[in-house]
Amino acid sequence: MSMLRFLSGVVRTPRGGASAVVLVLVVICALFAPLLAPYNYAIQSLPGANTPPGAAHWMGTDEFGRDLMSRIIHGARTSLSVALTAISISVVAGMTLGAMAGYFGGLFDRVVTAVVDLTWSFPEILIALLLIAIIGTGTESIIIAISIAYLAQFTRLTRAQVMALRTETYIEATVNLGAGHAHVIFRHLLPNAITPVIVAGMLATGDAIILEATLGFFGLGAQPPTPSWGSMMSSGTAQIFIAPWIILFPGAAIALTVISINLFGDALIDALDIRNRLREV
Amino acid sequence: MALLTVSNLCVSIGSLSPLDGVSFEARKGEILGLVGESGSGKSLTAMAIMGLLRRIGGRASTGSILFDGQELTTLAEPAYRQLRGKRIALISQNPMTSLDPLVRIGAQIDQVSRLHLGLSKPAAKARSIDLMQQLRIPDATTLHGAYPHQLSGGMKQRIVIAMALAADPDLIIADEPTTALDVTIQAQIIQIMVDMVRDRGLALILITHDMGVVAQACDRVVVLYAGRVAETDTTEAIFAASHHPYTASLIGCIPAHDQAEGTLLGIPGTVPSVLGYPAGCRFHPRCARVMDVCRTQIPAIVALPTGSVACHLHGGTA
Repeated sequence: MSMLRFLSGVVRTPRGGASAVVLVLVVICALFAPLLAPYNYAIQSLPGANTPPGAAHWMGTDEFGRDLMSRIIHGARTSLSVALTAISISVVAGMTLGAMAGYFGGLFDRVVTAVVDLTWSFPEILIALLLIAIIGTGTESIIIAISIAYLAQFTRLTRAQVMALRTETYIEATVNLGAGHAHVIFRHLLPNAITPVIVAGMLATGDAIILEATLGFFGLGAQPPTPSWGSMMSSGTAQIFIAPWIILFPGAAIALTVISINLFGDALIDALDIRNRLREV
Repeated sequence: MALLTVSNLCVSIGSLSPLDGVSFEARKGEILGLVGESGSGKSLTAMAIMGLLRRIGGRASTGSILFDGQELTTLAEPAYRQLRGKRIALISQNPMTSLDPLVRIGAQIDQVSRLHLGLSKPAAKARSIDLMQQLRIPDATTLHGAYPHQLSGGMKQRIVIAMALAADPDLIIADEPTTALDVTIQAQIIQIMVDMVRDRGLALILITHDMGVVAQACDRVVVLYAGRVAETDTTEAIFAASHHPYTASLIGCIPAHDQAEGTLLGIPGTVPSVLGYPAGCRFHPRCARVMDVCRTQIPAIVALPTGSVACHLHGGTA
């Protein structure tokens, strides 16, 4: 109830509202792609190759004559599902690892922190590329690669939260009443630690879409003919002077989606910040 | 019959020994006051009984804690977890921070009886509401679904007491349960705890630095000073005639209604640090009746008609 009121508050700000509209559109595209796409995304038509945007093809066609708009709508499905699945895995695994490291401390904490810090010292793209080199290309591989690439920040964030919370009296009181470790971690520590992790997860989803597109651009992600925004841009580079729309529209889709996610994340942070709520009063 | 017997308990943290030979008994149906200034070892005694010393890097080096025939100083952690909350409960000092802000208070009480008594969700809820009513919480059914921030400090402390009572423990340790509350609420909470002990026949160790609270609630008193027991006696005997100068000073600090302005008494100096306890009687630097022997000899424990005292004024040396 209060969650709904909170979200409607976020949406009523200009940033929150505009970004929410874009995000809802992208999600609708992803969910109902086969219904919304005017053409089949895989059907080639060489005579109709490189058709500029027009009445029949609103965004034109690519070098194989495939309808670009249909491919972008289906591409939303690839981008979002990869990014969201990867970040979800990353958040769940990172929170579990971080909570255990922060709660138990000791050797386990030192090992987890060392490994996590090691991965954090490299850019995410490098870790993802390294992992894909090991496990191979394909949709599942880039989901695993992206989730591991973003694991470090959620682990560190949760660990720091839990370390601060574990000295709270109510956590000690729960232990004093005889509660076991699992109860303390999952019923009391994680619910109190989750807010910043959710915001970080939201912002990381935007980064993950870019990472997915980058990997797609390198041809490491979803394999043809499955459309992905990154691989569409990659094939568009060869046609950039004769058919610039092939690279333009997927690029715009990526930019618009990621900017919207970041704006929405910002609006969320502001709404969660008590000082801003006080300023309004 | 003593439910809990602490004998000659020494606690060490690293090379320090902040608790040095503490002995006392807690009996069923009785309220035992554990009194002393900050740093005298009151909370440490509670932590030792709860088996929580490991959390601060300490351990019970010698002595024994016998609870209902069971030795606690050597008890393993899993067995201890069965004891905590179920047979021994701790009520902490600050009710404001003792409740998880994100969990409904009812669920927080429920979880104790569900964990220790294996009750089902509805049974635990019924039990919690019953408990809340016994603690004179108005509209218990509605408040069962409230969050901690919706309650006042006094109400929160009642919820914390309800959590402690939820699994029907035999012994409750209340570590300064009223320090964070204002005076009128303090009196109510103390009264609730007195009734709780009388009705249920459980043992309560009430840790406090407030002799007024002791006079209101306790049956017997243990006065701790710098990690040792200075004096122990019944409340009546101690207020009628205290034997240790420290106890006398503590009682002297209670303001009286007919006291003239500007004559509030204190005890000069502070409790010595565990890093450098004075030799002999640890109270001697602050004692008004200090003698030469006090500076060198540790006073022996001398039996009194209803208690005991460790002071050179009353007997031989160890």
